[in-house]
Amino acid sequence: MKYYDRLIFELSKKGRTAYTLPESGCPAESIPAGLQRAQAPGLPEVSEVDVARHYTNLSQMNFGVDTGFYPLGSCTMKYNPKINEEIAAMPAFQGLHPLQDESTVQGALEVYYEMDKALASITGMKHFTLNPCAGAHGELTGLMIMRSYHMHRGDLARTKVIVPDSAHGTNPASAAVCGLEIVEVKSGANGLVDVESLKPLLGPDIAGIMMTNPNTLGLFEKDIKEIAALVHECGGLLYYDGANMNPLLGMVRPGDMGFDIMHLNLHKTFSTPHGGGGPGSGPVGVAERLVEFLPVPRVEKLEDGSFHVVRNCETSAGQVSAFMGNFGVILRAYAYILMLGKQHIKMAGKLATLSANYIKECLKDAYKLPIESVCKHEFVFDGLIDDGSSTGKPGATTLDVAKRLLDYGFHAPTIYFPLLFHQALMIEPTETESKETLDLFIEVMHEIAREAAEDPDILHGAPHLTPISRPDETTAARNPILKFE
Amino acid sequence: MSTFPYFPHTEEDIRQMLDRIGVKSLDDLYADVPADFLYKGEYDLPDAKSEHEVRALFEALAAKNTKQTVFAGAGSYDHYTPAIVPYLLSRSEFLTAYTPYQCEISQGTLRYIFEYQSMICTLTGLDVSNASMYDGPTAAAEAMRMMVACAKKKNTVLVSASLLPQVKDVVRTYAKYYGTTLKEIPVVDGQTSFLSMKELLEQGDVAGAIIPSVNRFGIVENLSGFAAELHLSGALLALYCDPSALGVLKTPAELDADIAVGDGQSLGIPMSFGGPSVGFMACRKEHMRKLPGRIVGQTVDADGKRAFVLTLQAREQHIRREKATSNICSNESLMALFVTIYLSVMGPQGLREVNEKCYSGSHYLYNELLKTGKFEAVFPDKPFLKEFVLKPLVDLDALRRRLQEAGFFAALPTEEGYASFCVTEKRSKEEIDALVAIVKEG
Repeated sequence: MKYYDRLIFELSKKGRTAYTLPESGCPAESIPAGLQRAQAPGLPEVSEVDVARHYTNLSQMNFGVDTGFYPLGSCTMKYNPKINEEIAAMPAFQGLHPLQDESTVQGALEVYYEMDKALASITGMKHFTLNPCAGAHGELTGLMIMRSYHMHRGDLARTKVIVPDSAHGTNPASAAVCGLEIVEVKSGANGLVDVESLKPLLGPDIAGIMMTNPNTLGLFEKDIKEIAALVHECGGLLYYDGANMNPLLGMVRPGDMGFDIMHLNLHKTFSTPHGGGGPGSGPVGVAERLVEFLPVPRVEKLEDGSFHVVRNCETSAGQVSAFMGNFGVILRAYAYILMLGKQHIKMAGKLATLSANYIKECLKDAYKLPIESVCKHEFVFDGLIDDGSSTGKPGATTLDVAKRLLDYGFHAPTIYFPLLFHQALMIEPTETESKETLDLFIEVMHEIAREAAEDPDILHGAPHLTPISRPDETTAARNPILKFE
Repeated sequence: MSTFPYFPHTEEDIRQMLDRIGVKSLDDLYADVPADFLYKGEYDLPDAKSEHEVRALFEALAAKNTKQTVFAGAGSYDHYTPAIVPYLLSRSEFLTAYTPYQCEISQGTLRYIFEYQSMICTLTGLDVSNASMYDGPTAAAEAMRMMVACAKKKNTVLVSASLLPQVKDVVRTYAKYYGTTLKEIPVVDGQTSFLSMKELLEQGDVAGAIIPSVNRFGIVENLSGFAAELHLSGALLALYCDPSALGVLKTPAELDADIAVGDGQSLGIPMSFGGPSVGFMACRKEHMRKLPGRIVGQTVDADGKRAFVLTLQAREQHIRREKATSNICSNESLMALFVTIYLSVMGPQGLREVNEKCYSGSHYLYNELLKTGKFEAVFPDKPFLKEFVLKPLVDLDALRRRLQEAGFFAALPTEEGYASFCVTEKRSKEEIDALVAIVKEG
């Protein structure tokens, strides 16, 4: 990757243009001066060639799944099939206005209907809404459904939600946006939710519990049956954070484990591209008794086989996005599900789990494995076994290992999460990486461990081969420069 | 059945990996899962398909949609997409990247977000923009929460009845659970009522108001004095804007707004049945630390080179958990890139011309429709840009159906029973005349 130091504004030259617009033939009318801004916006004036080269150059300072291996824990950076892109770009889908009459969008509505059905079967839930635009948006929507259920029953005292200390940061944040108070439950020494710590927290003020299973350590919450029984007994509901659904694909269904509400990340489990941080899609599924609380609008099939959009429903939790979510992302995920079919889905979770366990076993001689156990799609190391501090120099940290990996052409794992360990290094390989890629990663991780033991300064200064070296983040936050001037 | 193209494992690979782990089979990796949770049924999914079959299936689905010439807006606008925008967006370095947490190998993403923020700032005239929100309505809901957070002890937000229905609905949903009291400012003569707003302010507890700059009737609202009145009561003004229209209209800063939100779809993003789009959100500097979502800042690297990083992260969920300003994590980054490239292509002159063409086209249609005698004006003295409403003097449903059969999506009914029309730069005089001819027939 080469360093390229321009901003589009710096290419601007007055009078240069890159656009063409049609002549409408309508008589020209002037926009009243009284409505207008005093000065034209300070947008760049460039040619199309400038635009093409500038953004191509920018792209070349970026690392994507198509560039190389992305072992980013909890993010499920699997390969993004190209057929998905072709489907989402079809003019017959891109040209649809969201408020067109139902009779003119039957194909689009059928996608919603079939997608709902497929996700319900894969997860063991009754129905899904596809309206949330991302995972955290799904969490919020799911919690709104949880609250609607309690409110509908007149059970207004349920204002608290239990969240494990190992949960994704979005869980407590979503709960707060939903007006819920957060009660944290501690993990036991085995990394799992401790049933005995949970029991005293349960009561008539508990709306429910948010869990991800396997949890963020990649460990299966084996007591889930007992936890589900306890939470249900106290009148609460179980929310499943689907960020970690990948190892369960084709193996275990959250609905069967007793979860009442869940979200999926189509940009994780169902292969749609992350786009540098969205657009994602966070469908929310519910058990049968919660279907009436799903957001509107919703698609249903009528007796004559046609599809209909339900816009009003008295018990619904409400409307959560502009129309019906990120249709373009839903199309991509549906294409992936059709490729996967009922045959290949059975291997998806297993191969993701195989790859994670393989890396873990191969690297635990050089990196601290805090909990010795079979993992699912991901696992967490707690830093290096030998950080090189015996050389008299400061030891190499997890941050240093992550930055050194960039020099070797790999993306870094998720670092310093979960918060249970000080040097957390969270690795998730996914099922789309070959054994050769995993072996190369393992070899590099061993090499980095050797470098750390012999001379940790090599790691402190990393990365050395990227377009920029480590940036000054303190100054960035202290004296924020947030726009071009 | 053929193998799956995205699973690279051979039988031998699997065997070697299992041996290294020290288990006998793939199922052994699930030995920690209680046996009754292992799914033994058959998934209710179709048989696995080849690419060719998948393409054919979607072509069949696509054939069940009917192409319409779009003469309606209501929050989704049929503007032109320059060819270069989707072309550059499809570069896999942008498309398949994650959130730019590892800044050393994400300078491409970080730079375009910085450019995007700069463009949102120049369009709105405000100081700080975040890296994007999901869409316009959720950005408005976040503005509601942000104003409550800024006001500290006040918990009421005023919402104009002239906002698009989906904006009001999403704000209402967020308010219900977050526990914010909403009060609606009524519409008088197609515009947010200043007097009613004043009365609501006198009742106290108001943290801020959400008001559109161009409302659901297409009217450019006269908002002079609104911000001053709100500020007198210690309340903030969040303006809901059409960013394309901001190429020519008074900016939120000129209207003295504190926050600007809206939907970026009007900046050339395909309608795509409603998504993906992108929400934008900008504010004045003093409220910067209450802004939700990601923000990119400029700094230098260890060698003094200009570099870009995610900054002010102490506002965000991955650091602050339940104390974060919002739960937003993934936003609409790639669509922010869309908007950035679109605005680079259009420049200030192109964006102005888009608005002028919309203005000329919509006024031509407006006048021609009145001439048919099938409609009458509702707000004859109110200015509009590309969207307008008329009162139908004929059965609106029947008319809409006739237009639809002729291939036009137009005359969308509002809650008052008016017919809403929209003309973008894509609509030619021939198309407009053809639409008017259908109206005349009935």
